[in-house]
Amino acid sequence: MIRRLLARPTGVFAVVVLGLLVVLALVSLVWTPQDPFRTDPFRQWSGPSAAHWFGTDASGRDIASYLLAGTRTTVLVAVGSGFIASVVGIVLTAVGSLTARWVREGTAVLLDILVAFPTLLTAMLLTAVFGGSLGVVVVSVGLSFGVTIARVARGEIRRIARSDFVVAARASGVGPLGVLTRHLVPNAAPLFTVQLSLAMATAVLAEAGLSYLGYGAGSDTASWGSMLADLQTYVGVHPWSAAWPGAAIALVVAALSLLGDAVRDATDPRLTTGDRAAGSGGGGRPDGPAGGGPARGSAGGATDAPTGGSAVRGTAGGAPGSDATTTPGVTA
Amino acid sequence: MTDHDRQPHPGTGPRDGTGRHDRTAPPTGPDQRAGLEVRGLTVRAAGRTLLDDVTFTVPPGRRVGVIGASGSGKSMTSLALMGLEPTGAEVTGSIRLDGRELVGLPDRERAGTRGSGIGMVFQEPGTALDPLRRVGAQVAEPLRLHRGLDRRAARTAAVALADAVGLPDPVSLLRQYPHQLSGGQRQRICIAMAMAGSPAYLVADEPTTALDVTTEARILDLFEHLSTERGTGMLFVTHDLAVLSRIADTAVVLDAGRVVEEGPVRTLLDAPRHPATVALVDAARATARRTP
Repeated sequence: MIRRLLARPTGVFAVVVLGLLVVLALVSLVWTPQDPFRTDPFRQWSGPSAAHWFGTDASGRDIASYLLAGTRTTVLVAVGSGFIASVVGIVLTAVGSLTARWVREGTAVLLDILVAFPTLLTAMLLTAVFGGSLGVVVVSVGLSFGVTIARVARGEIRRIARSDFVVAARASGVGPLGVLTRHLVPNAAPLFTVQLSLAMATAVLAEAGLSYLGYGAGSDTASWGSMLADLQTYVGVHPWSAAWPGAAIALVVAALSLLGDAVRDATDPRLTTGDRAAGSGGGGRPDGPAGGGPARGSAGGATDAPTGGSAVRGTAGGAPGSDATTTPGVTA
Repeated sequence: MTDHDRQPHPGTGPRDGTGRHDRTAPPTGPDQRAGLEVRGLTVRAAGRTLLDDVTFTVPPGRRVGVIGASGSGKSMTSLALMGLEPTGAEVTGSIRLDGRELVGLPDRERAGTRGSGIGMVFQEPGTALDPLRRVGAQVAEPLRLHRGLDRRAARTAAVALADAVGLPDPVSLLRQYPHQLSGGQRQRICIAMAMAGSPAYLVADEPTTALDVTTEARILDLFEHLSTERGTGMLFVTHDLAVLSRIADTAVVLDAGRVVEEGPVRTLLDAPRHPATVALVDAARATARRTP
């Protein structure tokens, strides 16, 4: 699977960025170029140098060191929110799709109500009770996304449960547990993966936003969000300083979002295994380049590129259809 | 089309409404099973009657057709036989599997008869297989369930089964995913899945509708072969009279959820009596693929 993941440019990008993030977070535990919290009134706004790679800020803190220390917060928030969102999402999905009719209908209504409840409001409520901390960010984002995931996954599970292949499996004697573990979970997993990666990406953004607003990390915790909040005050004077945490946030969020798509594509056999019939029979794809010769090189990229659901389905639908003699649907 | 020199079977003509069905013993002799007997099967859902007092019998080793226009209740009949009617649907009447009543059985016991008592083949081989699982695993699953085989034995049995349904190079073919197979191959896999539990009866819901004519003929041969070889009684749901005349000995005609006519296929096609049957036969004659 890793090999298939790395066969895609977006997969490589996501793995490299996120791998780097984790490594840097681990490194920051033992070493940073400077003390990220040491202020130096004589070194305000120094430009990039050997001692201060990205320069210093208004209070003379080393931006590179602070950025590095902030990776810990980012990793913590992404993983923590992802974990809470998964647990909440799985439990609510199960209750909302596998239980007695009135329970799952009730859950559906509850989910619709909860989805309308803004993350920010949850965070503010929790802050009012427990005070601002990273925990508040993690819990509020995790809860919100758990609900969102459950709402989407519930519909997906219900759809899969009604699909032909589940009915066919039941007709051949497979029981409820077998249907759940062998058909429902594997078929809903791609959607779950994509949603989860989006949740983690949004968690990073939300942490930045909440810390920016003062509901997140305290001043004793390095955070890209609070850093951005500090630096943006001076953006007219020192525009480049704010670009560092901004770029870091953007990179990580993009990598997380793309990771979900890349993982989904790497685990879908319709995209990762060749079309046996077309491969041996030589019947070209109906909408593909005829002959396949020189265009094939770029077409390989086009087939593999995870450009979203519609393109994916187009490829999947086209592959079996290329079998010359026995195409489902030709009788119409 | 092949000849229609089938065993004589007394026709009952248009139904007289008494719900009696003139059943004959299977002509081949030794099979003493009672057959798949459906009596007064009625399905209601959301205030509508989808099936109304449907009665017919599938004798062991025989092939009975169910024909009717879209919405006449053909598919509901097959789903109700499997106990897979939509949730909320109310099923009354009687379905007896070689004498054993299935209607009203607890879910768990009913599930036990699926695949081993009655198997089912679906219309769309493209969607009746899980796209994320290798077809071998999908054939092996019912083998493990019904025959209690372990993983390895099930794999061997799946290969034998794939071979029995006429799949070439079964060992490597079973390692494929559904999208890698052709429509005909997929339907053979579905048939293998349905036969895995060695069901006494097989319900086939328009199993060749999604296939081209050549593949259709081969799949029909396979059904014929399986029912003769294994004595599997088959209920063959179709709207295609050419298919019907080819595969079935007798047939029932459904219209708006009711059985309106039944009898030997030959009689039904040559001398249809009920307007619904007449309409089906006329429509079939009007198309290029004529029935004899």
